[in-house]
Amino acid sequence: MRFLLDADQRAFAASLHAMLTAADTPAVVRDWSRGDHTSGRALWSRIAEAGVFGLAVPEEYGGLGPHPVELAVAFVELGRHAVPGPLAETVGAAVLLGGPPLAGRFLPGLAAGKDVATVAAPGGHAVDGDAASLRLAPAPDGLYLSTAAPGPVRRSLDPARRLTPLAPGGELLAPAAPYDRALTWIRLATAAQALGVGLALLDRTVAHVRQRTQFGVPVGSFQAVKHRLADAKTALEFARPLLFGAAVSLRPAEVAAAKLTACEAAYRTARTALHLHGAIGYTAEYGLSLWLTRARALHSAWGTPEECRELVLTEGL
Amino acid sequence: MLGKDGDVTVDLTHSPADEQFRTRARAWLDAHVPRTPLPSLETAEGFAAHRAWEAELAADRWSVVSWPERYGGRDAGLVGRLVFEEEYWAAGAPGRVGQNGVSLLAPTLFAYGTPEQRARVLPPMATGEVVWAQAWSEPEAGSDLAALSSRAVRTDGGWLLDGQKTWSSRAAFADRAFGLFRSDPGAPRPHQGLTYLMFDLRAPGVTVRPIGRLDGKPAFAELFLDDVFVPDEDVIGEPGQGWRIAMSTAADERGLTLRSPGRFLASAARLRDLWRDRGSPGHARAGVADALIAARAYQLFTYAAAARVQEGDRLGPESSMNKVFWSELDLALHETALDLLGLEGELADGAWAEGYVFSLAGPIYAGTNEIQRDIIAERLLGLPKGRR
Repeated sequence: MRFLLDADQRAFAASLHAMLTAADTPAVVRDWSRGDHTSGRALWSRIAEAGVFGLAVPEEYGGLGPHPVELAVAFVELGRHAVPGPLAETVGAAVLLGGPPLAGRFLPGLAAGKDVATVAAPGGHAVDGDAASLRLAPAPDGLYLSTAAPGPVRRSLDPARRLTPLAPGGELLAPAAPYDRALTWIRLATAAQALGVGLALLDRTVAHVRQRTQFGVPVGSFQAVKHRLADAKTALEFARPLLFGAAVSLRPAEVAAAKLTACEAAYRTARTALHLHGAIGYTAEYGLSLWLTRARALHSAWGTPEECRELVLTEGL
Repeated sequence: MLGKDGDVTVDLTHSPADEQFRTRARAWLDAHVPRTPLPSLETAEGFAAHRAWEAELAADRWSVVSWPERYGGRDAGLVGRLVFEEEYWAAGAPGRVGQNGVSLLAPTLFAYGTPEQRARVLPPMATGEVVWAQAWSEPEAGSDLAALSSRAVRTDGGWLLDGQKTWSSRAAFADRAFGLFRSDPGAPRPHQGLTYLMFDLRAPGVTVRPIGRLDGKPAFAELFLDDVFVPDEDVIGEPGQGWRIAMSTAADERGLTLRSPGRFLASAARLRDLWRDRGSPGHARAGVADALIAARAYQLFTYAAAARVQEGDRLGPESSMNKVFWSELDLALHETALDLLGLEGELADGAWAEGYVFSLAGPIYAGTNEIQRDIIAERLLGLPKGRR
């Protein structure tokens, strides 16, 4: 029993944080939101070089994995920097395509960042189908690789998530695919991303209320402000152990609990962040919007609160 | 990049030794936990029954498992203690009447007491022979504890205590108490000049006036102190250093020791069973799932804190997050249970009533949740101090 990240894992997080800080991700997010994927693909390659996608890919196919704990560590950082693109979906694709006939064909490209993959949500859209080189559509009779051009982009509340319907059919890759296992990994990655989004929102809001002065004092000295931030901090810090516990066990119910809790904490933090920034936080132009809108989108992606609770109640923790 | 390939270092598996310990604890509890619940420990009859239960636990060294053997423990360590508590509450075992002493005074004695004090105070605490009450709050010193004015005045061979303490949990039936007293009224700041003392609740000059909590049971008391003699041997640490000593106790109280995760895991499991027994109604679905999740989150948070402590960290202001989290979890869990019970939820002798009434106090005692949020904001987030 030693439920703590070790020095290597913390160093991995720190190196990703440094790399992403230097990459000016807000500008990349703005490009991506306009459908210009050039800077986003360049960043994608650097993330792949850091080994992130390889964490879901076994060594024999060019990866380092599976390393779900390190994957969670990495995705917290991706969320913290609001990195755009179908990140969790690419992880899910690596799991869906992880069996012997398909793995050799697809996994090396995913691990190396040459391919960007998206996966259609059941009955829903695929995120960033216009940017993805692999568009996977799980169907009742098997897993399809969509070959038609993705449908017109529908706007998400988060402008950086470009939602595209996938045309039915395409190349039938396998009559059966490990969809449940892939969903578990996607949920884990989404939970981690959400935690990172929440942590970034908290950091930015703490910085804001320390420097914003009203009535002659920093607004962060007011108890009404402090207590909202204390609650946000507490919610995020209790989501963290659920996330890493889920990464250790990979039990669907634990992952669902982590997903629900991290997304709820991130969303509540977003509400607090918006409120404490006042009107400036309500503008599209101000950078806070990148995280605010992401928090809401991830909240319903890959497992609504209701679906997550259902798993917890039926399977237990 | 990743250093050690394939090396899982975030580990949630218990060691074989801890698992064997769990098995032994479970077997003992199976054989000894009373089949019918004891009367409420906030009554004279229940207090006596719970004291006898402590003696039964202690006879087989199960009352204070993390303590050193020489004081009645098993040297089970922090994780061993958490494991024991998981089994203890899962077995439906009685509430712990010695909680105040074990979770507040004992850690203080381990950190600041003399060997003589430990040898004298700890063994009878472990058996329930001496039950301790806390004496922190005063009528004019609640959240602002440093405003306390009860005095300790130097006398031959010890101190004389004068003043009034209140909201003293368990004091209606307990034997001894510990708390802070102002020994140097001339100290420049309110946190200075305080001394941490232990005293006998039956000593001459002590008047205990029990106070009925919300359900009328005398769960706490007022203490009136009139020239109560305390020998020097019952001062903990240096006179005048009481605030620093008490605050380290307070961090323990809010942190690992006061409310163990096993308690909430067991309550959440009972809630889930109640929900199923009532036909899994949709209105309580979210409340039940959220209680299960929160109890698990608290368990894992605590395991992470235990790992840090074992590596030499001290629990600092982050223990304030703990206190806010478990007190709100406990309250929400019991409210969901009462909702599930429908009209029966109103019954004062219902299976969830005692726990509900107890949970109502959680956000208030051990430092109100507002004080905790101030600590989180100022000491974890670095926000400026301001008017409270």
